[in-house]
Amino acid sequence: MSFLQFVAKHRLEIVTLTIEHLWLVCWSMAIALAVGIPLGILLTKRPRLRALVLGSNNVIQTIPSLALFGLLLPVPWLGARADRLTITALALYALLPIVRNTYTGVREVDPTVLEVATGMGLTPTQVLWQVELPLATPVILGGVRVAAVITIGVATVAAAIGSGGLGEFIFRGLAMVDNNVILAGAIPAAIMALLADAAIGLLQRLIRRPRR
Amino acid sequence: MTLHSEFAIEFTHVDYAVSADHALLSDLNLSVRPHETLVLLGQSGSGKTTTLKLINLLLVPTSGEVRVEGRSTLEWNPIRLRRRIGYAVQEVGLFPHYTVEENVALVPKAEKWDKRRIRTRVEDTLALVGLQFPEFADRYPHELSGGQRQRVGLARALAANPPFLLMDEPFGALDPITRAQLQREFATLSKRLGTTVVFVTHDVAEALLLGDRIALIENGSAAGVYSRSEFLASSDETIRAYRETSRLSA
Repeated sequence: MSFLQFVAKHRLEIVTLTIEHLWLVCWSMAIALAVGIPLGILLTKRPRLRALVLGSNNVIQTIPSLALFGLLLPVPWLGARADRLTITALALYALLPIVRNTYTGVREVDPTVLEVATGMGLTPTQVLWQVELPLATPVILGGVRVAAVITIGVATVAAAIGSGGLGEFIFRGLAMVDNNVILAGAIPAAIMALLADAAIGLLQRLIRRPRR
Repeated sequence: MTLHSEFAIEFTHVDYAVSADHALLSDLNLSVRPHETLVLLGQSGSGKTTTLKLINLLLVPTSGEVRVEGRSTLEWNPIRLRRRIGYAVQEVGLFPHYTVEENVALVPKAEKWDKRRIRTRVEDTLALVGLQFPEFADRYPHELSGGQRQRVGLARALAANPPFLLMDEPFGALDPITRAQLQREFATLSKRLGTTVVFVTHDVAEALLLGDRIALIENGSAAGVYSRSEFLASSDETIRAYRETSRLSA
C-alpha cells in the first residue's frame, strides 16, 4: 500500500488526530501566553527576579519531554488526566521563549521615549500599554513563533501518555515498523509547524511595516 | 493659578545624590519668575539636566525643596504636576509607532479632551511650530528630518497648553542653520505664549538669544544668575571664558 493510499483510507483518523493535536497546542499556548507575557513584563519591573525566573525556565527546557511527563504524573490534580498533564507540560516548554522575548522586547524600548512619556505625565499603566507593549510586540511575537513550533513538535510525544494527537500515528508506526503510519503523523505535524511559523511571521511583518 | 510666592519655580537648598559619596547637586538655590525664560548654562556633568528633572519629578531631591507654583513637588500628584509641564529633550523621544498627529495629541488625549478639541489643538500646535497639518499629520517620526522631528517634539510639549516648559538642549543635535532658525522661532513663540521656560544648554550664544536670565551652573550648584546685560558685562572669569567661546563682547 502506497503512502497516498494509506492517507486516503485513514483520512478521517488523520483529521481527528490533527484536531486533537491542535487542541492540545492551542490550550498550552493560551496558558503559556497568559502566564508568560505578564511574567516577562514583571521581570522588567523587578530585575531581581530575572535570574531566578529565566534560570528555572532554562532548567525546564533541559528536561527531556518524556521525562517531564513522567515527573508531572504524581502531581495530584494534574496527573489525574492525560490531557491536563500534557497541556501543563507543553505550556512549561512554551514559557521560556515567551518570557524571555517579552522581557527583552520591553527592555529594548528606547529609554528616551520612556523618560519623555513619564515626564509628560503618562501613568505607568499608560506607559506600559501605549509605549512598552506596542514597541515590544514584534520581539514578543518572535518568542511566540518559537514557542508555537516547539509546542507542535513536543505535542507528538504526548501520545506516549495517552493524550492522543498526531503522535498516535508515530508511536503506532514505530511499533508496527511501518513508515506510512509514521509519516501519517509526522507530515501533518510538520505542516502544522510550518504554517504556524509562517502565519506568526506574517503577523510580525504586518505589525512592523507601517511603524518601524 | 494660585501663587503662594512670587516665583513660579523655586529651589531651596536642594541636594541630589545618586549615592552617599556621589552628589550631583549640592545646596542649589534658584528661582524662576513667571513667564520668563531661565537658561541653565553649564558644562557637561555640572547638574543642569538633573536640575531640570527635579522640576517634573523624574527625580526626587535628596534634601531641600523644589516648589512649583508655591507648592513642594512632593505635595503634587506627580501626574498632575507633569501634565502642567511640557518637556522637550535633545533626542526628542517621539513615539516611533505613533504618527505626528498621535504624538502631538499625547497629553490632550491623556487629559481626556474630546476628539474635536484635540484635533483642532493638534492643528494649531503644529502651525505654531511651523508644520502644516495636512502634510505632516499622518507621517511617522522616521519619515521626518531632524529639524522636523524636533518641531514635532516641541509641538507635543506645547499641546496641552502647559504653563511650564522644560527644555534639555532641544536644538543641540541639529545642523547650525536649522538650529538658528528654530532658536529664533522659539524665542518669539515662548514670549507670545507667556510660558515659563527652563532651558538647559552649554551654548552661550543660545543662552543669550533665548534667556531672560542666565543661571550659571557649576559643580552642582548655581554659581550666579545674570540678566543678559549683566552677563555680557560681567568680569567673572568663567563668564569671560564662556564669552570667549563665541567671541562675544559687551
